[in-house]
Amino acid sequence: MMRKITPVIEWGTLLLSTGMVCFFMVVILWDLISKGAPSLSWEFVSTLPRAGMTKGGILPAIIGTVLLTMITALVSVPFGISCAIYLNEYATDNWLTRTIRASIRNLSGVPSIIYGLFGLALFVQGLQMGTSMLSAGFTLGLLSLPYVIITTEEALRRIPASTREAALAVGATQFESIRDVVMPTALPGILTGVVLTLSRAAGETAPILFTGVAFYINNPAGFLNQEFMALPYHLYMLSTQHQAIEQVRPLAYGTALVLIIVVFLLNLTAFYIRYKHSKND
Amino acid sequence: MKLGVRESIDKSIKLVVKTTGLLVIAILGGIFFMLLWNTIAFFLKIHPLDFITGTQWNPSGDPEVYGILPLLVSTCLVTLGAMVIAIPLGIGTAAYLSEYASMRVKSVLKPMIEMLAAVPSVAIGFLGIVVLGPGIADIIGLSNGLNAMNGAILLAVMALPTIITVTDDALHGVPGTYREASYGVGASKWQTLIKVTIPAAGPGIMAAVMLGVGRAIGETMTVLMATGNAAAFPKGFFHSVRTITATIAIEMGEVPYQTTHYYSLFAIAAVLFLITLGVNLTGEYFVNKFRKYHSA
Amino acid sequence: MTNKPIKLSGSSVNVWFGSKQVLKNINVEFPRNQVTALIGPSGCGKSTLLRSFNRMHDLSPDARIEGEFLLEQQNLYEKGLSVTEVRRRIGMVFQKANPFPKSIYENINYGLKINDVPKNERSEIIENALKESYIWDEVKDELQKPATRLSGGQQQRLCIARAVALRPEVILMDEPCSALDPLSTLKIEELIVKLKKDYTIVIVTHNMQQAQRIADKTVFMYLGEVIEAGDTHTIFHNPKNELTGNYVKGHFG
Repeated sequence: MMRKITPVIEWGTLLLSTGMVCFFMVVILWDLISKGAPSLSWEFVSTLPRAGMTKGGILPAIIGTVLLTMITALVSVPFGISCAIYLNEYATDNWLTRTIRASIRNLSGVPSIIYGLFGLALFVQGLQMGTSMLSAGFTLGLLSLPYVIITTEEALRRIPASTREAALAVGATQFESIRDVVMPTALPGILTGVVLTLSRAAGETAPILFTGVAFYINNPAGFLNQEFMALPYHLYMLSTQHQAIEQVRPLAYGTALVLIIVVFLLNLTAFYIRYKHSKND
Repeated sequence: MKLGVRESIDKSIKLVVKTTGLLVIAILGGIFFMLLWNTIAFFLKIHPLDFITGTQWNPSGDPEVYGILPLLVSTCLVTLGAMVIAIPLGIGTAAYLSEYASMRVKSVLKPMIEMLAAVPSVAIGFLGIVVLGPGIADIIGLSNGLNAMNGAILLAVMALPTIITVTDDALHGVPGTYREASYGVGASKWQTLIKVTIPAAGPGIMAAVMLGVGRAIGETMTVLMATGNAAAFPKGFFHSVRTITATIAIEMGEVPYQTTHYYSLFAIAAVLFLITLGVNLTGEYFVNKFRKYHSA
Repeated sequence: MTNKPIKLSGSSVNVWFGSKQVLKNINVEFPRNQVTALIGPSGCGKSTLLRSFNRMHDLSPDARIEGEFLLEQQNLYEKGLSVTEVRRRIGMVFQKANPFPKSIYENINYGLKINDVPKNERSEIIENALKESYIWDEVKDELQKPATRLSGGQQQRLCIARAVALRPEVILMDEPCSALDPLSTLKIEELIVKLKKDYTIVIVTHNMQQAQRIADKTVFMYLGEVIEAGDTHTIFHNPKNELTGNYVKGHFG
């Protein structure tokens, strides 16, 4: 009797933990979708907030998040890819390289709120950029940098030495071999990493708290040197700081759902690139 | 293009990419310097010992009091709670994925776990306010559920994908010969898992746990939204707490520049930085140990 | 030892990787328009020696190279001499075919493009290189097809065409047939023999029969040293050194 039941219990323990994890995911999705969907409408994503945020849409927050993510990409992608190229293609194993690698690992573990403080000290105050879209985008760019470097270097490392040698052997310089052969081959892997990193940046709130985000800006397509609205911060404010919290709850649910959709779409893009690439191999 | 030109381009590019490598060091150095500079400014006004041992955080009181202990204990409390939940669940799920699950189950579960990792922390915090908090309040019979338990469960959900993925990798890293040897002496699948595979993957699992701890300690939005943020010394899991991260997030927006209060927020950030640094270095130690162990 | 003028030579060559010396005081000469085979057991330094001539070790930070490498009168490691120029004059074919992940046409065009060959001359050069490498008939109708879709043997002949297109003076081949089936190997061997009327060829091989079939000269290396060098026939049938004799008879390796 025991011999038959024990394996079931043992197996059941593992299945139970897996079930719990699935349960969390289902609750998150179910709650956000079932309560957020009724708020979604063309008006919700295409108009300005009205009546002290109790009515209207979230267009400025959507535009803000999109622009912010683009600035993040403009900062972290060239910078990160360049650093990864240095580490994987040029650097020799010496104390300098080891210091750079240790710095990257440490940066990837620094809490996001500390990036917020750094952005405040460096961009907002130090470089006199004020609380603005640029300051916030630069801050998120620094936050994303280590992830871009790590994923790019992984993609570069998968390229065999013989690919580089093929270009060198026909008289290409090292830079030409990287530009013409290594990078095109590594591109799908790099893109996957970059898009995943940006999806994380799009959902970040803590780093932009003090660097430029605002609750309400009546200029929907604000300028780079001005404060801006963003989806994650909008959700935070609607759910904790609004005077009529219960009244704006549907709007909060709608905002949460839009944010999740934006992030998941970016993730799906990354998975698609990875999937398509793995099929081509 | 002339050969000379091509070769000077090659040389300049090498210089450019090297500069970006150096800039990475400069960024970490900049963060470190910023924290140190402002912390020193803070310690010129408040004695370090009062800061470290103070049991009250009340910067707007009269007199101003800057004791980090309530914040530190809050941070530790929610992190501890999160790990008590996330470690067994994470290891259990990873063990199921790597040892039991069929390819079809895996092809559903793995993307789902990646999706869970992608949910922004502010959305998790929101669900803490509207779903989990009220749920806890109902069960325990409190007026509201914004407390350490709420934060701990949410942080566990956020740390789970990291713990599962890294543990799964560690279990996969255990050579198949170990398991075969165990089956060879008549051990069951479960005995093999508990007595052979998990211990062999031990350092890798420790690294996974450390990554999860690092993520939980440094998380801001979830705890800011879900734990109530009472500044008093934490009394337990079912009381409101206020972590280091939440304190920075709440107070930095309101303080005038270069006041003691302003400096104090950098000082608690420096403490947070040192803790996460310690956690990450410990994790790295285990990663290296795991690598050495299995490459030998 | 030779009746043809020397095209490529190395004298007093020493190479270290880190603290490990992999080539010890090597002196070799490769006569013009001849095929010279480098043979010897794995790890004897054949490939290292081969790659020293087109400076492929330049990117390995822990490699240290001493000695004089001459392409006719030109010192290959002369200060101020461009390494890209060296590699254009000394082409290379690798152990595993490594076409660029581009079209067949673009695989050959790439080298021409970066080496500044005028645009209007390129398609003729490409066609000739493919003909010279005996792959033209197989690919002439699908030049835009990705090179990675070709068979292993075709890929390797494409790599030879890629090297040939740049009109190098010397072609280095690092076990070009080790990953191929016997039929593809045969085709490449025929190709090598035909190419020697225009090029000087140095080939590393593990295959004793191959060396005897295609090489005019053979150099036997062991543990980083040249043990014996001379006419292929002499090396295989009348070696002066006992070690050479044992190796070519297959007693070790």
